[in-house]
Amino acid sequence: MDPFVIAGREFRSRLIIGTGKYPTHQVMQQAHDASGADMVTVAVRRVNVTDRSKESLLDYIDPKRYFLLPNTAACYTAEDAIRTARLGREVGLSEWVKLEVIGDEQTLFPDNEALLEATRVLVKEGFVVLPYTNDDPVACRKLEDAGAAAVMPLGAPIGSGLGIQNPNNIRIIKAQARVPVIVDAGVGTASDATLAMELGADAVLMNTAIALAQDPVAMARAMKLGVEAGRLAFRAGRIPRRAFASASSPTEGTIAALHR
Amino acid sequence: MRITLNGDPFTIADALTIHDLLAQLGIDPRRVAVERNFVVIKRDQYGRTALGEGDQIEIVNFVGGG
Repeated sequence: MDPFVIAGREFRSRLIIGTGKYPTHQVMQQAHDASGADMVTVAVRRVNVTDRSKESLLDYIDPKRYFLLPNTAACYTAEDAIRTARLGREVGLSEWVKLEVIGDEQTLFPDNEALLEATRVLVKEGFVVLPYTNDDPVACRKLEDAGAAAVMPLGAPIGSGLGIQNPNNIRIIKAQARVPVIVDAGVGTASDATLAMELGADAVLMNTAIALAQDPVAMARAMKLGVEAGRLAFRAGRIPRRAFASASSPTEGTIAALHR
Repeated sequence: MRITLNGDPFTIADALTIHDLLAQLGIDPRRVAVERNFVVIKRDQYGRTALGEGDQIEIVNFVGGG
């Protein structure tokens, strides 16, 4: 596939996947391998200081193979998201952050005002900011103007598996954006990922659709193929939609009598 | 000396540095980040950063997420 570039860094895969909710670390590792992804998201959380027996996630992610993208999930204010981003930078020693500022517990929709504020602060501090945002072209433009390295509109609520709820908005966002557009959240199955790519998205980010599939490893491969198919179809240029048929076989030379 | 560690009250010996605290807790410094009173402390400063009474310390790492 054609390479995917954000902030000057090139990725082979246009599929970015998460590290949460897998049945085991081993299954996650196999799913990562099957997905072909070279960037994975991680969350920043307090260390359990009383029980050190738990295995570390990082034992199951080869940093030479996967670029780690820390998120600010579960932050409800710009301040918390900024603090979390700074801590994530110190753990992973990279300036990149998937910036989330959540505005509503039930839908996990972003608080765009706080998101914009946090984006401005972090860009000034040298972060490569990838904000998770509404599928709103105006919000995306404001984030881009604030210095976001990509915009990541949701397809549907996080973990909902509903697929792309407003395909036309994704198309508009892509048509207007000067930075990469990554559809983040809402994918349920491979055709959802394909649709996102056919709409022109530069990449797709997902976690739940793979991690909670009955067979996460098989679903990871399906998502890899779905993203590739969608990207190829987008670049190939689909035929225009038309209301009536257009015969694929010659209409002349047939032995059948004209039925009119 | 009393500090707040990851949101909970925690008692430590006096004159500890962040490096000492991590060692006492059995935490590999390369896998975590530490915030002292809302300011991230760089890894190379752990040995030089002494903890004070009432400090609010956060120790975080990467966990699974989307």
